[in-house]
Amino acid sequence: MTTTEERQAPAVGQPLRRKEDARLVTGRTRWTDSVTPAGTLHIALLRSPMAHARLSRVDVSAARELPGVVAAFSGTDLADDFGSLPMAWTVSEDAKTPSHFPLARDTVRYVGDAVAVVVASSRYGAVDALEAVEVDYEPLPVVLDMEQAMTAGSQLVHEDLDTNVCFTFHEEHGDYEASKAKADVVFKRRYINQRLIPNAMEPRSVVADPTAGADSFTLWSATQVPHFVRVFMSLVTGIPEHKIRVIAPDVGGGFGSKLDIYAEEAICLALARRLGRPVKWTASRSEDYQATIHGRDLIQDIEIAATSEGKMLGLRVDLLSDMGAYLQLLTPAIPLLGRYMYPAIYKFETHSFHCTGVFTNKTPTDAYRGAGRPEATYSIERAVDDLAAHLGVEPLELRRRNWIGHDEFPYTTVCGLEYDSGNYEAATEKALELFGYDSLRAEQAKRRESNDPVQLGIGISTYTEMCGLAPSRWLGEKGYVAGGWERATVRMTPLGKAEVVVGTSPHGQGHVTTFSQITADALGVPFDDVEVIVNDTAAVPWGLDTYGSRSLVVGGTAVRHAAESVVDKAKLLAAHLLEADPSDVEFDAGTFRVKGTPSATKTIQEVAFASFTAHTMAEGSDAILTADNLMDPETFSYPHGTHLCAMEVDTETGMAKIRKYVCVDDVGKVVNPMIVEGQVHGGVAQGIAQALYEEAVYDDGGNLVTGTMVDYLVPAPPDLPSFETGRTETPSTTNPLGVKGVGEAGTIASTPAVVNAVVDAVRHLGVDDVRMPCTPERVWRAIHQGGGGGTPAAEGTVAYGGDSTATTAGGGQA
Amino acid sequence: MARIQMTVDGERREDEVEPRLLLVHYLREQAGRVGTPVGCDTSNCGACTVRLDGKTVKSCSVLAVQADGGEVTTIEGLANGEWHPVQKAFKECHALQCGYCTPGMIMAAVDLLEHNPNPDEQEIRDGLEGNLCRCTGYHNLVKAVQMAAEGGAR
Repeated sequence: MTTTEERQAPAVGQPLRRKEDARLVTGRTRWTDSVTPAGTLHIALLRSPMAHARLSRVDVSAARELPGVVAAFSGTDLADDFGSLPMAWTVSEDAKTPSHFPLARDTVRYVGDAVAVVVASSRYGAVDALEAVEVDYEPLPVVLDMEQAMTAGSQLVHEDLDTNVCFTFHEEHGDYEASKAKADVVFKRRYINQRLIPNAMEPRSVVADPTAGADSFTLWSATQVPHFVRVFMSLVTGIPEHKIRVIAPDVGGGFGSKLDIYAEEAICLALARRLGRPVKWTASRSEDYQATIHGRDLIQDIEIAATSEGKMLGLRVDLLSDMGAYLQLLTPAIPLLGRYMYPAIYKFETHSFHCTGVFTNKTPTDAYRGAGRPEATYSIERAVDDLAAHLGVEPLELRRRNWIGHDEFPYTTVCGLEYDSGNYEAATEKALELFGYDSLRAEQAKRRESNDPVQLGIGISTYTEMCGLAPSRWLGEKGYVAGGWERATVRMTPLGKAEVVVGTSPHGQGHVTTFSQITADALGVPFDDVEVIVNDTAAVPWGLDTYGSRSLVVGGTAVRHAAESVVDKAKLLAAHLLEADPSDVEFDAGTFRVKGTPSATKTIQEVAFASFTAHTMAEGSDAILTADNLMDPETFSYPHGTHLCAMEVDTETGMAKIRKYVCVDDVGKVVNPMIVEGQVHGGVAQGIAQALYEEAVYDDGGNLVTGTMVDYLVPAPPDLPSFETGRTETPSTTNPLGVKGVGEAGTIASTPAVVNAVVDAVRHLGVDDVRMPCTPERVWRAIHQGGGGGTPAAEGTVAYGGDSTATTAGGGQA
Repeated sequence: MARIQMTVDGERREDEVEPRLLLVHYLREQAGRVGTPVGCDTSNCGACTVRLDGKTVKSCSVLAVQADGGEVTTIEGLANGEWHPVQKAFKECHALQCGYCTPGMIMAAVDLLEHNPNPDEQEIRDGLEGNLCRCTGYHNLVKAVQMAAEGGAR
C-alpha cells in the first residue's frame, strides 16, 4: 500500500512499458480469427469479377449438393434477412444514399461486390464450393473517371439516382472574389491524392455465435467500433439491440478501415440466426483489398490569391472526391471533415470551399488515417511550397509571413474554428536545428552548381489538425447521426485495486497502459494495480470507440474525471472513518489525512475495503467506490508541428531516397512519451508510403490491378529511414489533461514534406509536380519529359490507364 | 488425407491432414497454436513466420505434409522458461503496437541474429525485409533488434 514514506512518482509523463505487450510478444493473443466456438460453420463469399454488371442468374443449387456444404444463398435468397448497410452522415440536402445490400440482389457495382455465400463445415470446403455457384453477368459500361462520370450521358453507377454525383457541398467564408480582386498573384494548381489501401496487418474477420433458446448473439469482429457495430447490426438485421453482444478482441490495426459496418458482419449474424450455429468469416488479404474500404482518392484544385510580397489573402478549394460504388459508414463525410484544415496554420482572410462526391465502379472509400486532414494538408502544404517558388520567396519565409503567431492564440480561423494553443515558431526552430537546415541548403546549392547527378531536395510541412472528435452538438449540426462523447467508469475493488471501464476501443494504441497511468495518478495507486476493461459491449455498455485521435482527448478525460469522482466519494467515507469533517480531509498520492493531525490517515485502499464491508458508512454515501463520467467535449484540440525531409533524387534513374527525416510535433501534454513517439513513427511511415510507394490502381475494366501485397507496395523495413523526432509541448486548453491527440499527426504531416522534397530536388530542372506515389518512373519522366506545367495528371484518376498514364509524369498539361 | 507426425513447440503430435493443408492452418486449426497469425496470401507479410527444423519459414508457404516428421517452433514455444532476449527487447523498445506482425517479426529477428549477431541498421532492415509492419514504421523494431544483439535485454 502507498504510504507517505513511499510516495510514488507520477506515472503520467513516464515512458512506461506497455501492459499489452506480454501477450503480444508471446503469441497468447486472441484475434477474431482465433475464435472458433464448437460447431463453427465457415462461410466463403463469391465476389463479382465484373466492375459493373446485371445479375441475370445466381444459382447456388449445385454448391448446396457438395459434401461438407451446409447451405448456400444468393442475395435474393437472403433479401428478408437484412436490410441495407448504414451510412451515418448526411452531408448536404442533395446527398444521395443508394441502397447497399450485404449481398448484391440484381446488380454488381465493383469488383468484389459479394454475390453469393456458401456455408460449409470447413474453411477450405467453403472456398471450394464457390466454384459450383453459377452466375450469369450481363456486363454494363464501367464508370471509373470522376470527371467523365459527371458528364451528361455518362453511364450511371446507380441507375435509380439519375446522376453519378453523390453530393455537392459549398461553403463561403468571407468574399473570396474580393480577395482575388485585390491580389497581385492568383496561383492555381491541381493536386492528385491517389487512392490507397489501408492495410491493417490483420485482415478483417467475423464470428457470430448464437445462444440457443435465448435469441441472443455474440459477435466477434475485427473492428475499431464494437459499439457502433452493435447499434447498426440491430438496425440492419432486426435483432434487438439487447440481444447482441459485440466483442472486438485483440484487433490487429485499423487506421480507419475497421471504422465501419461491413457486409460480412450482417451476413454472419443473419446466417447464425438462420442456421442456429456459430458462423465465421475471415478475409484473405486479396479479398480484404477488394472488400475493405479504401482511402483518399481526390482531385484537388487549389487557388491562392496573394500579394506579390507573399501575403496570402484568399484560398479557393474545389474537390472531386471518389465515393466508390456505395457509401460506407462515413464515405461522403471524409473530404468534408478535412475542409476546415485547408486554411491550415495560415491567416487567410477569405476561403471558398467546394466539394463534389462522385460514384464510380470501385471499392467504396472511407476514413483512412487522418480522414480528410491528410488530404487537406497535402494540397495546402504543396501549394505553399509551389507558391513560394512562383514568388521567388524561401518556402519557410512564406510560411512565416502568413502563419498564426504564438501570441495570437486563441485564434479564430477563417473557417470559424478557434485554435486553442500552439507555437509554430518554436516547433519550426527546433526542427530546423535538428535537421541542420542551413548546411543542407548549402549542400543543395553546391550540388545544383556542380550539376551533380544526385540532387538534394528539402521538403517542408508545417501542419495542424483537429483532434478529439467531437462535440455531440457540433456533430449533430453537421448531419452525423451519432454523438462524440466518451464514457468511463472507475471503481475500486474490495482489496484496493482499480478497474477502469472505458468506451474507446483500442487496436494497437496502448490505451490500457495510458489509461492506467492517468488512473494511477488520480487515485494514488500503483500503475500495476489498475486494470483497464475495453472492447466488449457487455462489459463496456457505453462507448463511441476509437477513431479521429479522440481516445485520449475525450476518453482519457472521461477516465480522469471518473477517477477524481471516486476520490471525492472516498473522501466522504475517509472523513467518516477518521471522524473528521470532510472539509478537513485532504487527499494526496493515495492517502487521506486530516489537516493538522498528521497521524490520522486512511489510504484509498483502506477506504475501498471499508466501502466493501460497509460496516460503517457516512450518511448519504453509497457503499460502492465507483463513479462514471460522460465526457462530451466542448471543442476540438489542435496538434501541430513541423516536418522536414531531405531527399536525394538520382536524376539519371529517378530514384528518390530519403536521407533525413525530422519531425517536431506539438501534441500538448504527453502521458506516455514512448507511445506518443511510436504513434508518430507509424504515422510518418504511412504518410511516406503514400508519397513514395502506394497506390490502388484500377485498369480500364475496373479491376483492382494492385490486388495483392505483391502488387501494392506496403513499405518493408529497407524502404524507410529511421526518424528523428522532437517535441514541443504547448498544453491544450480545451481539456484538463492538456492533451491534443497524436494518432494521425504523422500521416497528416509527412506526405507533403516528402513530395515537396522530391519536387525541390528537381525544380531547377523545370519540374513543379510529381504525382504520387513518386516512383522512379514518374520522377524520371518529370525530369526528362519536361515539366513546369500547371495541371498535371488532369486526365483521370486511373493510374496506368491508357492516355492518363502519360499525364502522370508531372507537367505539360495546361 | 495424409497422416503426419510433427513436434510443435515441444509437443509430439500425430494428425490426419488434407495434403493441401497449409502449415499455418495446421498450426492454427489443428495444433491449437493460434499465436501465429496469417496476414496475407502471397507470402509477402511474414506474419506467419515460424521455425521448421532450425530454418525460418513462412508457414503459409509450406504444406503441413512437407513438415511431416519435422520440428516446429512457433512464437508460443520461443520462450524457454523466460522470454527470449528478442521478446524482451521488443517490449522494452516499443517495437510493436497492434502486435499482429509481432510473432513473425520476432521469429525473423531471432533468425537474423543467429546468422549475424552484430548487424548494423541496414543489415537489420535488409534482414527483416520479408516481414511487414503497418504500425511502427520499423524505427523501434530496428532498435529492438540492436538491443537484443547487444544483450541489452538479457
